[in-house]
Amino acid sequence: MSAVPVPRAAEVPDYLNARYGVKSWLLTRDHKRIALLYLASVTVFFFLGGAFAVLIRLELVTPAGDLVQSETYNKLFTMHGVIMIFFFLIPSIPAVLGNFLVPLMIGAKDLAFPRLNLLSWYIFVAGGIFTLWSVVHGGLDTGWTFYTPYSTTYSNTAVITAGIGIFVTGFSSILTGLNFIVTIHRMRAPGLTWFRLPLFIWSHYATSLIMVLGTPVLAITVLLLVAERAFRLGIFDPALGGDPVLFQHLFWFYSHPAVYIMILPAMGVISELVTAFSRKNIFGYRFVAYASVGIAVLGFFVWGHHMFVSGQSVYAGMIFSILSFLVAVPSAVKVFNWTATLYKGSVSFQTPMLYTFGFIGLFTIGGLTGLFLASMGLDVHVHDTYFIVAHFHYIMVGGAIMGYLGGIHYWWPKISGKMYPEGLARFAALILFVGFNLTFFPQFILGYLGMPRRYHAYPDEFQVLNVMSSAGASILGVGYLIPMFYLAWSMRYGKDAPANPWGATGLEWRTPSPPPTENFAETPVVTWEPYHYSDAPVEVKGGGGSSDATGEAPARA
Amino acid sequence: MDRTLPFFPEQASTAAGRVDALYYFLIAVSAFFTLLIAVLLVYFAVKYRRRSESERPQPVAGSLKLEIAWTVIPLAISMVMFFWGASLFFALSRPPEGAIEIYAVGKQWMWKFQHVDGQSEINELHVPVGRPVRLTMASEDVIHSFFVPAFRTKTDVLPGRLSTAWFEATRPGRYHLFCAEYCGTKHSGMIGWIVAMDPVEYQTWLGGGAATGSLADAGQKLFQQHACNTCHRPDSLARGPNLEGLFGKPVRLASGQTVTADESYLRESIVAPNAKLVEGFQPLMPTYQGLISEEGILQLIAYIKSLGQPPATQQQVPASGAPSPGRTPATSAPGRATP
Amino acid sequence: MHSPAVAERPHGHPALAHHFESLAQQKQASSLGMWVFLVTEILFFGGAFLAYIVYRSAYPEAFAGASHHLDVTLGAINTAVLIVSSLTMALAVHAAQTGRRRGTIGFLLATMVLGAAFLVIKAVEYGHKFEDGLLPGPHFSYPGGGARQAELFFSIYFAMTGLHALHMIVGLGLLATLVWLAARGRFSPGYNTPVEMIGLYWHFVDIVWIFLFPLLYLIGRHG
Repeated sequence: MSAVPVPRAAEVPDYLNARYGVKSWLLTRDHKRIALLYLASVTVFFFLGGAFAVLIRLELVTPAGDLVQSETYNKLFTMHGVIMIFFFLIPSIPAVLGNFLVPLMIGAKDLAFPRLNLLSWYIFVAGGIFTLWSVVHGGLDTGWTFYTPYSTTYSNTAVITAGIGIFVTGFSSILTGLNFIVTIHRMRAPGLTWFRLPLFIWSHYATSLIMVLGTPVLAITVLLLVAERAFRLGIFDPALGGDPVLFQHLFWFYSHPAVYIMILPAMGVISELVTAFSRKNIFGYRFVAYASVGIAVLGFFVWGHHMFVSGQSVYAGMIFSILSFLVAVPSAVKVFNWTATLYKGSVSFQTPMLYTFGFIGLFTIGGLTGLFLASMGLDVHVHDTYFIVAHFHYIMVGGAIMGYLGGIHYWWPKISGKMYPEGLARFAALILFVGFNLTFFPQFILGYLGMPRRYHAYPDEFQVLNVMSSAGASILGVGYLIPMFYLAWSMRYGKDAPANPWGATGLEWRTPSPPPTENFAETPVVTWEPYHYSDAPVEVKGGGGSSDATGEAPARA
Repeated sequence: MDRTLPFFPEQASTAAGRVDALYYFLIAVSAFFTLLIAVLLVYFAVKYRRRSESERPQPVAGSLKLEIAWTVIPLAISMVMFFWGASLFFALSRPPEGAIEIYAVGKQWMWKFQHVDGQSEINELHVPVGRPVRLTMASEDVIHSFFVPAFRTKTDVLPGRLSTAWFEATRPGRYHLFCAEYCGTKHSGMIGWIVAMDPVEYQTWLGGGAATGSLADAGQKLFQQHACNTCHRPDSLARGPNLEGLFGKPVRLASGQTVTADESYLRESIVAPNAKLVEGFQPLMPTYQGLISEEGILQLIAYIKSLGQPPATQQQVPASGAPSPGRTPATSAPGRATP
Repeated sequence: MHSPAVAERPHGHPALAHHFESLAQQKQASSLGMWVFLVTEILFFGGAFLAYIVYRSAYPEAFAGASHHLDVTLGAINTAVLIVSSLTMALAVHAAQTGRRRGTIGFLLATMVLGAAFLVIKAVEYGHKFEDGLLPGPHFSYPGGGARQAELFFSIYFAMTGLHALHMIVGLGLLATLVWLAARGRFSPGYNTPVEMIGLYWHFVDIVWIFLFPLLYLIGRHG
């Protein structure tokens, strides 16, 4: 990320060209530069995790395990999961878009703890290096879920190294969440009350609650796991008196809320996109805001729905089941509110909006299939099958990643000062949508038919659906490469972006594109409601130059 | 439901139809809401597409009624799903009376099944159609999961404790058995077949198999081999509780608690004897964990279950040639009836 | 409409960071940040406490028996040491708030001495356990029945007290930093936030021990 952008004719240098040199990036305290550091790292991890996925789908084209050996295959799916979850999905939107936008959206100059923010990135990189080290030195074959006693006693792979890597990376998450919570509480611009905040902020606040409360439990769990493996302690290994189901409880206590860390930020992005590209206020602002916090809170009480058949008591299972249905309701409320926002709006179809449509449709399917899993009697059949794999990929890829890409495209002008090529971007979005459905819809069918997950080889009758899925995966892979190229291209050759290319509300559009290091020349004083599209014209400044938007609303009560 | 439809596995158990019914309901609800959202999105997007850059839509005040409606209706539908799923799960986890007992051990990377009267099978399990079968399972090593898609049944098989599953096959055939919990290198090779047979053919199969003695016989051998009878005896030299007729009875512990002597209790007493010390006895019993395999423990459990039971209740077909005696504990003189 | 340009003015107090409007805002941010961090620590230790509770209720006699091998006297002394160290820490904060530099440094050093004493006593305890063969692992040897459950007890004992000790060591490092900063005159009645924040951290580490001591050392000991 140390590419030198073309200097623009502006009085104030922007954050990209304020200072040059590798040190100015690696020792930066500017939340915007840190966001770009994260962007580079998570992109590397994304393609690494994606490479493993390609190999998995390639192997699964044939029923026999003939591309790689079983040991290798087990490492492939493990590392695909570990990298995608811990090193892409969890950090992506908060660490890239959140870091960049939270101070801008609330009218602050930076996050509350800029040096902690930078430390957060270094911790992330350190944890990543540690974990990748384990890939190179023995690999990891426990599945990202590390169930005991396989992981403590039977696996011959680099469990300790990987465990330490994940332990370290968790602190990156905790510190980011801590930073966001304090920033949102204490650094809002004058007049910016809680219910005037953009919903992106609400969802990042809710996400931060989960990061801060859930990740430490993962930390202690992984620590105990590593200690057990290193010192043969016996906390989780029944041969030594321990309880493997206790591990599952502790693991899922974090890992279920973790999925809300992965989806809530994307929901926040969608709230921004659907309003901007309908030029309308969100249909039910407070409902969406409360739904975000509701999901975060309820999400802590449902972890046992991963354990209906694991030996947990039936009554505990019933409590987890009913709570799992409850936590689905706020998500449904959001989907209805987003849809209703288009009603009587002014809908345009630029790339971010295409991703928004994709998200709403695919998240709806993914979320509804969650109800299948919450139904205990049905979960018995589909647990640990490809039905589950399809369910979470619909939410994580069809949902979270589409939200991420939609947000990247939407705020790209602000981040880079350049416009991306719209035609090519729309094309990529469509390819992704098609490729995604072809990859993962067949997996619902495969799962109900009974194909278990994590299977290297499978019975012949599952082949047709597997081939379809792999074909889709190749399209998906191409689809992800396209934005890589044109976004990089645009940094040098793209059209200069105005301060507010979309005509959107929000404080971030009232600074130049890209913003100066200090974000705002003067701290704004906020007197208007969020998404005030109908109040006053929000001008779109065409052409180059970094002039402020003039879309101030007249003071309203 | 036929097997011609490639989207669903065969329905080959009493539970399968019920599970599929819930599945169809969920598909219907999901399809409805997915279509609803998709149609609305497309409709609104087209009807309200931007026609000029300067158009400024009017704000739409939200609607409390709508918010309540689309909160309450999904909640209500969810509760239907919850009750349906929970009651189905209850039925799936409670084996009916009179089920055939099968003992299963999962280990990397194979399944071993033991019929009570001795047939042991590897990676294949023969069962009769029309009778409930109850599996008591343990793992020798890591967590596995016993999964038969055609029966819609799945239960994790754990080391260190017993788990149970049950099913009643409804049609003869060969059905996939998969291990459904990742267990290492050959996880996808830990597969087999459940062979459901016509009841008459099943009896023939049982009788004709190489019965090396029933499960309880094997357990008796172990009982003698490990000299359990030196402490567990019905006379005054006993240092441990008498095991005759113990299975299924309540046991009073030194802590004041009362527990039932089920399979899990028996297993725990062998591997962690002081965890539930029986009232009136000293903590003298050593642990046999690591000294006896999970399979052996299941054999011992079968043996202890058979102690003190009158011959009439035994359910298995006698192995050819061998009489089916009422079990007496190893210490009493042959021929003496149990007290 | 806009507030007067703040960014351009010299920013005031040397300790005021550029992105805060005022020392008060900065202090509130620091305070909230430290409290959120302590909440994460509660969740972190909470997982270990949960494992302890689960196994203690599963094996009450074995745990009580194993607990009797712990040195209650040393544990009690350590408890007293930590409580007094919390007192000296509070006094250090007060001294900083009232601008007494020597008092601040003195009480900080006292806290450090007490913290170090705690760690020394802990090391002695660990040494005894090692000699008695009570370190979990291949060399664990336990007299009497319930050895496996006792090993579980000691695993949890070492994990929890070890983590706690690690937090103490970090705390000592933080205190040393405070001493250095105080010696350079960084603190005043107008600005003493770091002392207060690290005071919070120290009190938290103390409270964790207050829970650890009875749970680990005092099982089944009456009178």
